[in-house]
Amino acid sequence: MLDSQKNITGKAGFNWLLKMAIRDGKASSRKLVLFMASIVLGIAAVVSIQSFSNNLKENIALQSKSLMGADYIIDSDKEPNERVSFLMDSLGGPEAKEISFASMAAFTGKEGTKLVNVRGIQGKFPFYGELETVPAKAAKEYQEKGNALLDATVMLQLGIKPGDSIKIGNMIIPVGGSLKSVPGSAAIFSSIAPPVIIPHRFIEETGLVQVGSRIRYKWYFLADPKLDLEKFDKQIDPILDANEADLDTHTSTSERLGRRYENFGKFLNLVAFIALLLGCVGIASAIHIYIKEKLKSIAVLKCLGATKKQTFSIYLIQIAIIGLIGGIMGTFLGLLLQQLFPLILQDILPVNVEISFDIKVIFMGILLGILMSVLFALYPLIGTLYVSPLETLRVQSSERSNSRRAGLLVLAGIFLFIFLFAFWLLEDWKYSIFFVLGIIITFSLLAGVANLFMKAIRKYFPSGWGFIPRQSLLNLFRPQNQTLILVLAIGIGTFLISTLYFTKDLLLAQASLEAQAESPNMILLDVQTDQQLEVAETINSKDLPILENIPIVSMRVESIKGIAVDEIREDTTSNVNGWVLDHEFRTTYRDSLISSEVLAQGEFTGQNPGNETIPISISDNFAEDAKVGVGDKVSFNVQGVLLDTEVGSIRTVDWSRMQLNFSIVFPTGVLEEAPQFRVLTTKVPDESKSADLQQSLVDNFPNITIIDLRQVLTLIEKILTKISWLINFMAFFSILTGIIVLIGAVRTSKYQRIKESVLLRTLGAKSEQILKILALEYFYLGILGALSGILLSLISSQLLGYFVFETTFIPSWIPFLVLLPGIILLVMAIGLGNSLSVIKSPPLVVLRKELR
Amino acid sequence: MAKILSIQNLKKSYSSGSKELTVLEDISFDIEENETFAIVGPSGSGKTTLLGLCAGLDQPDSGSIELCGTMINELNEDQRAVLRNQKVGFVFQDFQLIPTLTALENVAVPLELRGDKNATQAGKELLGKVGLGERYDHYPSQLSGGEQQRVALARAFSNKPEILFADEPTGNLDEETGKKVVDLLIELNKESGTTLVIVTHDMELARKTQRILRLKGGRVMETLSV
Repeated sequence: MLDSQKNITGKAGFNWLLKMAIRDGKASSRKLVLFMASIVLGIAAVVSIQSFSNNLKENIALQSKSLMGADYIIDSDKEPNERVSFLMDSLGGPEAKEISFASMAAFTGKEGTKLVNVRGIQGKFPFYGELETVPAKAAKEYQEKGNALLDATVMLQLGIKPGDSIKIGNMIIPVGGSLKSVPGSAAIFSSIAPPVIIPHRFIEETGLVQVGSRIRYKWYFLADPKLDLEKFDKQIDPILDANEADLDTHTSTSERLGRRYENFGKFLNLVAFIALLLGCVGIASAIHIYIKEKLKSIAVLKCLGATKKQTFSIYLIQIAIIGLIGGIMGTFLGLLLQQLFPLILQDILPVNVEISFDIKVIFMGILLGILMSVLFALYPLIGTLYVSPLETLRVQSSERSNSRRAGLLVLAGIFLFIFLFAFWLLEDWKYSIFFVLGIIITFSLLAGVANLFMKAIRKYFPSGWGFIPRQSLLNLFRPQNQTLILVLAIGIGTFLISTLYFTKDLLLAQASLEAQAESPNMILLDVQTDQQLEVAETINSKDLPILENIPIVSMRVESIKGIAVDEIREDTTSNVNGWVLDHEFRTTYRDSLISSEVLAQGEFTGQNPGNETIPISISDNFAEDAKVGVGDKVSFNVQGVLLDTEVGSIRTVDWSRMQLNFSIVFPTGVLEEAPQFRVLTTKVPDESKSADLQQSLVDNFPNITIIDLRQVLTLIEKILTKISWLINFMAFFSILTGIIVLIGAVRTSKYQRIKESVLLRTLGAKSEQILKILALEYFYLGILGALSGILLSLISSQLLGYFVFETTFIPSWIPFLVLLPGIILLVMAIGLGNSLSVIKSPPLVVLRKELR
Repeated sequence: MAKILSIQNLKKSYSSGSKELTVLEDISFDIEENETFAIVGPSGSGKTTLLGLCAGLDQPDSGSIELCGTMINELNEDQRAVLRNQKVGFVFQDFQLIPTLTALENVAVPLELRGDKNATQAGKELLGKVGLGERYDHYPSQLSGGEQQRVALARAFSNKPEILFADEPTGNLDEETGKKVVDLLIELNKESGTTLVIVTHDMELARKTQRILRLKGGRVMETLSV
């Protein structure tokens, strides 16, 4: 049977399939625009973000030595004890050393003072990278000539020239040149306290190194290139920790710097994830309608003798080719986009990011383009297998339903793809599983909402309504309705966009600072106890208020729940966070909570009751990191004196407030006599008052550090503007993809609606009536999909805030006020736009044209 | 002469809601090689369903169909597709050209499907025969209804079919164009010696064939020789 034909079947091989795919694709190019746009935008977002992140990581790693200026550093806020000195000697001794502290600086012949970071250096630091100065020789000569190198921006701001003098504490030396860059400082961080480098030998002369001063000591080392720094870190760091010093290797510094950008990176990855998912939804809805339009051609091809496999392959190849082209275009666009990132972020990034083309990301971009296209097109494509050639004879085959098994397999493939993609971005399988589960749950909930809605209308159908509203409601649940697919597409699109918006908000709010009318805008640090009265008088004499006078007592944790910190350090099973054991806590004492604090557990004790153990209040993050709760004992070492305390209460602290917040707060009546310094705050009305006060304070109290918050606020605003610009820009990408999804989804319903509208038209319906019916129907669909999407995004953002970004989520009204009406209007506009041809032309013309 | 199509006791029904709707019942007839044959009957009499079954586009519930020496109800969908490509041609009421292919590409598809390397050349010649040699690169949407049906005729004859099924070939055309298309169909048919089976409700067209089978209510009412 049919043996003679067997050889013929095989003759129309791959080349013919390819030829057909290209022919058909070329003629359908207009219809493939949405499909292509979905791929291009999705891939562009992924590629630009991935490529930029990789470049940033690589650059930080590459420049890690010049970031630090040495192979490793030992640092401490104390002069080295015997053990540390011995250890440093055994390591061959430091190649350079540094003492640094913040101080106010004045300039001879110039008005005004400036908070600077004084760095007294001895030795040939930096050993990697360089001190860039103008003139260049200043960096080489400053040690020998006894000059200061002053931050270039400060020189420009204050009009200081090389040769002018700088006064730090009691010392006055000439400025040798302007400092353009120092290894390890990002421009933005040095803006708060710009660096001044001076020879180490002048430090004592400043008279600023006293008890209570906040001094940082650093010793720079060079290592044998063969030394395994990670292993070395593990061996040496615990010894240093026990002696109140710390080891930083250039590799750990680069890792830490990488982490500093973690939340920002997480957000960008989320953008990439959402853009790609939206792209996938766009592909699914575009292909759904595309294949639907092709079914007739497929029936004809089958009639002419093409097999199932051949017709399936033609469109599979076509979609893979479009995926490939889209992948290449998207990758190219992504690579172009990432060129922008360093330009926007140059002040914020710690390194100069050299953009290079990462072959892996390019390959992934193209592969993703093909994969997402094929995978999301597979389900409608499977439908082509079941097209009967009989459809060419006007007889609708009754048995065209996709195989359930094939459908489930495709669905499993799609979820596997989403999982693998999430894993590639997040490198955490748990998060990836949660993401996939989140998507599945969202889809199910949206489908549930759509079905419930249809059932509800059917049950409580308002038969008393007029023809138009009744007809538009009927459209939602009668046979061949598009309610489920449209609610799903609109809902998922809105859900993703709105999640992105909320997350963006969440991140920006985390960092943003509102100008609080009653808040101080000038902070005076390091005020010694014996200076506080005089400082207060100086402030009051300028008619300025003292808003706060906060005592600060430094201490370290000695034991937790009766176990000494040394023991905890050695206990590998302990999950107490290392910083708690090593950190020098600046604590305070007061009798009440302040506005940035909320009591979470226990009872706040204002006055020490005089028991054996002192009831203290700790912040929730300290409680979590130290693994302690109310009632647990913690003892502290205050410069040799041990204090036994008990956790009396746990506070939630809003650290983002521009206010002095504390992890540990003692009741009054305990620390009053301990060695301490004070922080005074005031509010200055304007620039000249601020300058006047700063000048008097610097003249009389050179050890006091003044932070003018107005400057810091402007600076932070500048950073935030840049970050939010980038975030908005990337979010815009996703939103654009979302709109494409909407257009695709609403177009899906086009044919159904045109048929109905033409019928109504034929029966005598006026344009206005048809438009109203359609407008109402799309309004119902828009509001149902968009509202469900936004409400679901509230949940997802809450979860993202808690698990991923570790911050509290306070939803804004914008998605409800802007996104909801915006999407409803968009859905209505696209829906009505599709149907305009029905209104404008006679019914028969429309039927011939649109449904041919 | 040898039989090219033999139908025995054919039955076909569809389910309509919960009911079973019998469209064709107890249909038997033969068509011989080179014969021209018309199936006529009122709307809903089962003409098109019968044509679909004869051409192997659908499967009967019972009965047998032998087409070009092959029992097609024993073949699977893909095997029937190969048979159609080799031995069967189609002309449809609504032309059924593939909208994304040019006139020439539409005509060449059946030949390309069997791997014919001269498909393009043969397609051009056929288009020339139907008077559209100059418009080979036009898409269906750029052609009139009559022109589209001429392209469809060229396509139907492109694989040199042993039997050609035409379903209401003039149904979508005005009278004058319809006449021209019928003349062309008959001329091409004579030239190629193909068996022609036409489904129509147009008795004038039916009378141009050698035999007429009249269907009513899914049953054969009579078979007339013209």
